[in-house]
Amino acid sequence: MSDLRPSLDTPEVAAAEEVVAAETTGTAPRSRRRSPAAMAVRRFRRNKIAVFGAVVLLLIVLLAVFAPLIAQQSPTAVDLGEIRQPPSSEHWLGTDASGRDVFARVVYAARVSLLVGIVAALLAVLFGTIVGAVAGLFGGWLDTVLMRTADMMLSFPPIVIIIVLAGILGPSIPILILSIAVTTWPTTARLVRGVTLAVREREYLHAARVAGASRGWLLRKHIVPAAMGQIVVVGTIAVAGAILSEAVLSFLGLGVQPPQASWGNMLNDAQSLTVIQSMPWLWLPPGLAIAATVLSVNFVGDGLRDAVDPRQSGRS
Amino acid sequence: MENTEPLLVIDELAVEFRTDEGVVKAVDGASFTIDRGEIVGVVGESGSGKSVTAMSILGLVKSGRRAGGTIRFRGRDLGELAGKELRTIRGAEIAMIFQDPMTALNPVVTVGKQIVEALRLHDRKLSKDAARDRAIELLALVGMPDAAARFKQYPHEFSGGMRQRAMIAMAIANGPSLLIADEPTTALDVTIQAQVLDLLRVAQQETQAATLLITHDLGVVAELADRVVVMYAGRVVEQGDVTTVFTAPRHPYTVGLLESLPRLDRDVDELHPIPGSPPSLLAPPPGCPFHPRCPLARDRCRTERPELRVVGNGTAVHRTACHFAEELAAVPTEVTR
Amino acid sequence: MTVETAAAQRLEHLGEEVLRVDDLAMHFPIRGGVFRRAVGAVRAVDGVSFAIDQGETLSLVGESGCGKSTTGRMVVRLLEPTSGRILYRGHDLATMSEDELRPWRSKTQIVFQDPYASLSPRMTVHDIIAEPLRVQGRYRQGGADRVSELLDLVGLQPEHANRYAHEFSGGQRQRIGIARALALDPELLVLDEPVSALDVSIQAQVVNKLRELQQRLGLAYLFISHDLSIVRHVSHRIAVMYLGVIVETGTRDQIFSAPTHPYTQALLSAVPVPDPRLRGARERITLTGDVPNPANPPSGCRFRTRCWKAQAKCAEEVPALEDRLGTGHPSACHFPELLPVLPTSGAAS
Repeated sequence: MSDLRPSLDTPEVAAAEEVVAAETTGTAPRSRRRSPAAMAVRRFRRNKIAVFGAVVLLLIVLLAVFAPLIAQQSPTAVDLGEIRQPPSSEHWLGTDASGRDVFARVVYAARVSLLVGIVAALLAVLFGTIVGAVAGLFGGWLDTVLMRTADMMLSFPPIVIIIVLAGILGPSIPILILSIAVTTWPTTARLVRGVTLAVREREYLHAARVAGASRGWLLRKHIVPAAMGQIVVVGTIAVAGAILSEAVLSFLGLGVQPPQASWGNMLNDAQSLTVIQSMPWLWLPPGLAIAATVLSVNFVGDGLRDAVDPRQSGRS
Repeated sequence: MENTEPLLVIDELAVEFRTDEGVVKAVDGASFTIDRGEIVGVVGESGSGKSVTAMSILGLVKSGRRAGGTIRFRGRDLGELAGKELRTIRGAEIAMIFQDPMTALNPVVTVGKQIVEALRLHDRKLSKDAARDRAIELLALVGMPDAAARFKQYPHEFSGGMRQRAMIAMAIANGPSLLIADEPTTALDVTIQAQVLDLLRVAQQETQAATLLITHDLGVVAELADRVVVMYAGRVVEQGDVTTVFTAPRHPYTVGLLESLPRLDRDVDELHPIPGSPPSLLAPPPGCPFHPRCPLARDRCRTERPELRVVGNGTAVHRTACHFAEELAAVPTEVTR
Repeated sequence: MTVETAAAQRLEHLGEEVLRVDDLAMHFPIRGGVFRRAVGAVRAVDGVSFAIDQGETLSLVGESGCGKSTTGRMVVRLLEPTSGRILYRGHDLATMSEDELRPWRSKTQIVFQDPYASLSPRMTVHDIIAEPLRVQGRYRQGGADRVSELLDLVGLQPEHANRYAHEFSGGQRQRIGIARALALDPELLVLDEPVSALDVSIQAQVVNKLRELQQRLGLAYLFISHDLSIVRHVSHRIAVMYLGVIVETGTRDQIFSAPTHPYTQALLSAVPVPDPRLRGARERITLTGDVPNPANPPSGCRFRTRCWKAQAKCAEEVPALEDRLGTGHPSACHFPELLPVLPTSGAAS
């Protein structure tokens, strides 16, 4: 009853504990299934900003998937007779320096941005999860080596690593994805290691060990599921980061290469002051697209964090 | 008036907490009193509302809402006092002893300095030197070996038992008239617990302070208290002098508690647990809150909430909140044997 | 094999020795310096020996830091002992590798103190109880039936299987933990403070359930607790630990009615008894000071720094655990003395 309760930090905590005790002793049969995931979903749905972000993000994804149906024109068709035309009924967002349709390019570029963002984040999270869980579960010198490596990666400005990699290996989408992933995995690794260290001392993990569970079993059945909520959160935020990185690198000419459209390399075309002042249709649409995507991904990420975190984290 | 009313009167206190699931009635109409210089033990299990009641006396239940009732200390309604007045009473007239001494001790200030500050906060005329001497005196009083050296140490240099002593020294520094001890020995080992119980006895004798002892441990109450208040689901279900309540309990919950205890002092063939679990405070059962677990329960218990009433021969004021308390008198139990 | 047939086999072997622990020690290294080399050791358990028979409860009692939980964790090999043997029916588990150990693991299981930390918040009750079966590759043969049988055994309803642990009260969670420990049909359960986190009225339910299970299934229990009242109620034999060693051991009656070690006597006299009539009537031995640091235990007898009888010999010579008074049970004191500190049955009035 009391000698294992957390100490009374404040009277409020004490009071809250009594309430929790009261709640947990409630034995009334409940109709809804209350799995931790279902409870997280319910909390997420109560968060208006996160739901708004999710809706915007869904629209952007639909835009990317159905790009050929939405954009009537080809994003790469050059028409030198129609360069830098302002928006018209034919070209909704005007044309660029090569006479290509800006609307089509913005819509198709969503595919590239989302692809790079999602694949890079997935790679980073997957690698980071494995490294973090192994470091936390095995400990010792392996832990030291892995975590010092992660620290080293974190101490370089990612942009420098990416520029060097892109410079050596040549700019291409796979290289872009790889270089973004290489600079983002340490965040996940540290997080998963932290969760692993916490879960490793949990008695339910001890119970599995006493039953004869191998380390692989503990990883699959307990540690990764315990970290999953937070992995989803960092993964989401990593997507936003990767989309931004893609934009920056493509803007610098180290990422997606023309004629393929990306929001970053579209901005590249708008470097001169005259363009910025007199031809907003060249830079405003890709700029807004980046902002809207990154912002909505971050809203979703924050919502997920709040949905996954409350109290749950304390009892992972 | 000051002389006739008890030191502390808690009258129909109700405290609620809002949660995602609904309103939790942590305390639901609790009433009891404490006289000057007496030790009152409040016992109950988790969720009984005993801690919330204690916290309410000092106005320390921030997330909860006082839903009703009054708390009068020396005839003054604590609920009507402004923040500043309440702070003056806290620490000077009412002092608190916590389960975890580190909640009361500042880790970055020496123990001596904390006691000196506590003394001078409530007595500004006290000189530094006089406060220092008094603080060392207090540390010695609580059985701190080499008090003068301990005066200069930080809380982390103390063992658990020593911290408990330091906190008690601080609590009694200003000669309070009411000490509230919330599970003061729960986190301690048996041999250290015995030391602290002795110490609480000494502190009480030294200051003549009334003591409100909140605990789940019936043994601690039996050792220390003059009177006992039994709480269940936010209500007081029985109260009376400690010997009467322990040897002739008149509420089925108290009987159940005593019968479910394994005993150090004798062999018990079989424990008799109370069936079921305490009710959800989100939706407490109608009528008597104990009726779903009670062997005496019948229709009246399910509809009519029993109020505290006097039972027994009236030599000591023994009250119970059970419609059928008299039936318990007829059945000799394990406890009364 | 159902619970009952396994139990029938075990019940035929009541009284046979299941486990013998021989001079077991656990020294946790204290690391320091840049290279994290061991600069010392916390001698959490320092040479402990005992045996448990089928169907019997041996309790390890003592205060925090005495090594009782560490001992329990070594018995189920959550910790690898520094030295000593853990003989399960003659097979030494102490030195086995994890792979060698796996088949033996099912024979000794553990129930933990904290009903919140000991159940995964992400699993249904069914999955929690089924996990040991799955780990051992036994779930495919009637695992689901086995889980229902176990739920019934510990007094839970079949419909509880699909719920999550947080939907249960502390007492119910502890029952789930017991069901999980029983899943592999163990012969010995290590019960590490199994009811200390529960409210009094619930504590009794779980204690009664554990006793019923022991009688039905012929289980041996290693019961670890700081609560002497519960120990008195559940134990056949008791070993009192202080600072990593056993200071006195004997049957329940020997320990409670005829304690000879001063530490046992102090412990028994210090526990508050819920009978106000005994106030002041009991002999109280109040120990001064705290338990010494196990990284640097006192020389000779470890209890001497808090003992009122300590003499020069106590600092020089480690007292052996032996029966010096002819009471039939050993105690590790140079100057043992029979001192019944508890009121005799029936209580004073």
